Amino acid sequence: MEWEILGDQAVAVCGVVYFLALVSHSVEWAALRKVPVAVPAGGAPVPEETPQRAAMFGRLGLLLTSLGCAVHLVALVGRGMSADPPRVPWSNMYEFALSGTFFVVLFYLLLRRRYRLDWMAPLMLGFTLTCLMLAVIWLYDPVSPLTEALNSPWLVIHVVSAVMASAIFSLAGIILVLFLIKSRLGARNSGYLARVPEPAVLDRVAYRLHAFAFPIWTFGVLISGPIWAHQAWSSYWSWDPKEVWAFITWVVYAAYLHARTTAGWQGRRAAWIALIGLATLWWSFIGVNFFSTTSQHSYALPEVTSVVELVDRA
Amino acid sequence: MSQERRPGELNALELARWWWRQLTSMRTALILLFLLAVAAIPGSVVPQRNVDALATTRWQAEHPRLTPIYEWLGLFSVYNSVWFSAIYLLLVISLVGCIVPRTWKYARAFGAPPPPAPRLLTRMPGHTSYTCAQEPREVQAQAAAVLRKRRYRVRPSPAEAEAVEVAAERGHMREVGNLIFHLAILVVLAGFAAGNLFGYRAGVIVLVGGGFANNLTQYDDFAPGSLFDTDWMEPFSFTVDDFQAEWIRSGPAAGQARGFVADLEYRTDPDAEPIRYDLKVNHPLAIGGTEIFLIGHGYAPVITVTDGDGQVAYSGPTVFLPTDQHFRSIGVVKAPDASPAQIGLEGEFYPTYAFTMETGPFSAFGEMLNPVISMLVWTGDLGMDTGLAQSVYVLDKAGVDQVTAEDGSMFRVDLAMGDSIDLPNGLGTVSFDGVERWNRIQISRSPGKFVALGGVSLALLGLMMSLFIRPRRVWVRVRRENDSTVVEVAGLDRSSGGDVTEELDALVALLRPEEKETT
Ligand code: HEM
Repeated sequence: MEWEILGDQAVAVCGVVYFLALVSHSVEWAALRKVPVAVPAGGAPVPEETPQRAAMFGRLGLLLTSLGCAVHLVALVGRGMSADPPRVPWSNMYEFALSGTFFVVLFYLLLRRRYRLDWMAPLMLGFTLTCLMLAVIWLYDPVSPLTEALNSPWLVIHVVSAVMASAIFSLAGIILVLFLIKSRLGARNSGYLARVPEPAVLDRVAYRLHAFAFPIWTFGVLISGPIWAHQAWSSYWSWDPKEVWAFITWVVYAAYLHARTTAGWQGRRAAWIALIGLATLWWSFIGVNFFSTTSQHSYALPEVTSVVELVDRA
Repeated sequence: MSQERRPGELNALELARWWWRQLTSMRTALILLFLLAVAAIPGSVVPQRNVDALATTRWQAEHPRLTPIYEWLGLFSVYNSVWFSAIYLLLVISLVGCIVPRTWKYARAFGAPPPPAPRLLTRMPGHTSYTCAQEPREVQAQAAAVLRKRRYRVRPSPAEAEAVEVAAERGHMREVGNLIFHLAILVVLAGFAAGNLFGYRAGVIVLVGGGFANNLTQYDDFAPGSLFDTDWMEPFSFTVDDFQAEWIRSGPAAGQARGFVADLEYRTDPDAEPIRYDLKVNHPLAIGGTEIFLIGHGYAPVITVTDGDGQVAYSGPTVFLPTDQHFRSIGVVKAPDASPAQIGLEGEFYPTYAFTMETGPFSAFGEMLNPVISMLVWTGDLGMDTGLAQSVYVLDKAGVDQVTAEDGSMFRVDLAMGDSIDLPNGLGTVSFDGVERWNRIQISRSPGKFVALGGVSLALLGLMMSLFIRPRRVWVRVRRENDSTVVEVAGLDRSSGGDVTEELDALVALLRPEEKETT
């Protein structure tokens, strides 16, 4: 009981902390607006105090983001510990969203330096906050023990890889949206957009993130998923709607990876393919559960003949 | 191909080659991949016969006009349909046609030395240069050593050559990974096909205390692959001696059951020693190539129908199928031998009967705390003499009338366990004597599953190689210019995410410190 309260409160706290981080980054970018982007040789003098202020708020934002991420982890632990017996906190859609957003922030923090992602802090935080809010409003479910079919070590492996891959794909998707905007605007960009890296860089970083997430997704939905399905449902692949959509997502991302190497499909076209992939990814996560009644992965009533609760809410 | 001739001017062989090139081009692969994704969608919208036969029948009953069209389009079994198969077969052909020629190309490139430096290094995507005071040959040797250490394949220009250069290349394994990945997809398809053709999936409901022998006649439903031969069925048998479920009594999941264990005794063939096994969800039993899964359970009220002549017309545990989490279940009793008239019962079983004015009767809990059956009675011709197969869970109402009470109201058999009730008009008596339990057991053979698993694992390995190994070429050219040595370093990253500047910076950093020492 205490764990559950801790978990719920931690969700609220991390939401607030992320919001403060967002504010802080907004101040940072607002401060940077006044600074010319590239100071031409011998050109306009740079106002002294603004970059310092920007840097300070940038650091503060980063600090708050890290703090929020830690509290987010507490929320997940609280959620998992409050179940009886304790379990991993990814057994229904609410928990899936909670862990997914956690991984979005975590991967942002981990990959920030390597891929110079600082520019996307406000977008990433905005995205995370929106998802968290929607999850709390629409997906909230009280803590309950695992249904029998979910009670397997494969739950841990299968879901964590699917969630991690989804988080990275989402980050990459945000980058590609910016890529599309920037390459459409060409040289005509100002303010925040001027600080976003060049389209070629965005394209490359997004590709690397996709290349990172794709094997994880492959492992999650095409290896560990079928192994588990075989144990629980006696068939490793049964074209259940959730499986179908996971497969479609995989095929679309494979198409993206091909498009990147195909003349005439690079750049904007490839980016659109990846964004279609992202749409199918979110659809396989949320849409299938809400709009399909026959999925073994849904809340649907037990199949009339099979009654052990095969209710995988993830 | 690049000669601009219209297809009309090609002869047959050239035309064939043109089509082959088109089919095996990357653009076609891309379009086929998309088509495959799009073609998979209908199967997630229209109920699929192989996935959920019941939902399919229900859907067809609700849409009588669409059904023949959908049937013709193969929309009830998308993944076996002609058009879906056509797409993936084309993709497979395209894959083979793309991969085989590449294999030769890679094989030749594999042993080949790094290509010589292009004339203008400044044209390369990555390019940098610096000056130092070392001798060109010294720099060359040093660069070759540094590159070798970074696992490049290195070819310095020979000592007698005029140009002082190093050509280096690494990351051949990326192509190998790419090949492995694409070939592994074929392996997966082979494994998957084997399972679909030579396997079967079947289900049976076994009463706790009852048994099963692996024989076609014993199954409730049986879905064989198109090449499955019943001779392959293994001669095992088992009895379900006991079944236990643990009920959650509080919290949000109250009423759910978990910790199901069916206590099984099985023999691999009729003469074998019996072996005990705890069959659980997520914990199947494998006998030879066949696997046995516990996937459901439920109640079978023991109902006895005594007819108007005082003869027992029906008696025994009757399987009721659960319809909700709390095991509100539906079932049917048919007593065709009753006289003076055949009797049919149809209704519900509630393991924990509860009632409110708003909801009507319902089951408040899955565990059996207050078991009640509530059934309606029908009499007349149950239609069981037509020779057509009938579902045991459905009452054919074409030839029967509902039995009403004296006052004309609907007559209900509402019984708590142990009670009995007389039917109107001297039809007989119904009694509810007890409750047994049943298990739904799924039995399947999926040959090729390890081929498929091996295939995807191999694919994953190849995928990671092809995504993370960076194929790179680096060239170093050294020349004297105005008494100092100019070192030009250029590089090319041949992967899709390619960016070689960091690598060049690292290389230069490794080459230069020694130069600082000498100056
Ligand atoms: C079953 C469908 C297919 C899937 C899932 C698939 C998937 C992939 C993946 C994930 C990659 C790695 C991308 C990369 O290295 O950047 C790749 C690369 C590649 N694929 Fe496919 N592929 C399929 C079919 C095909 C077909 C039919 C062809 C032939 C036309 C083909 C030709 C290639 C080539 C040439 C590459 C290397 C691209 C490069 O140089 O980077 N693939 N494929």
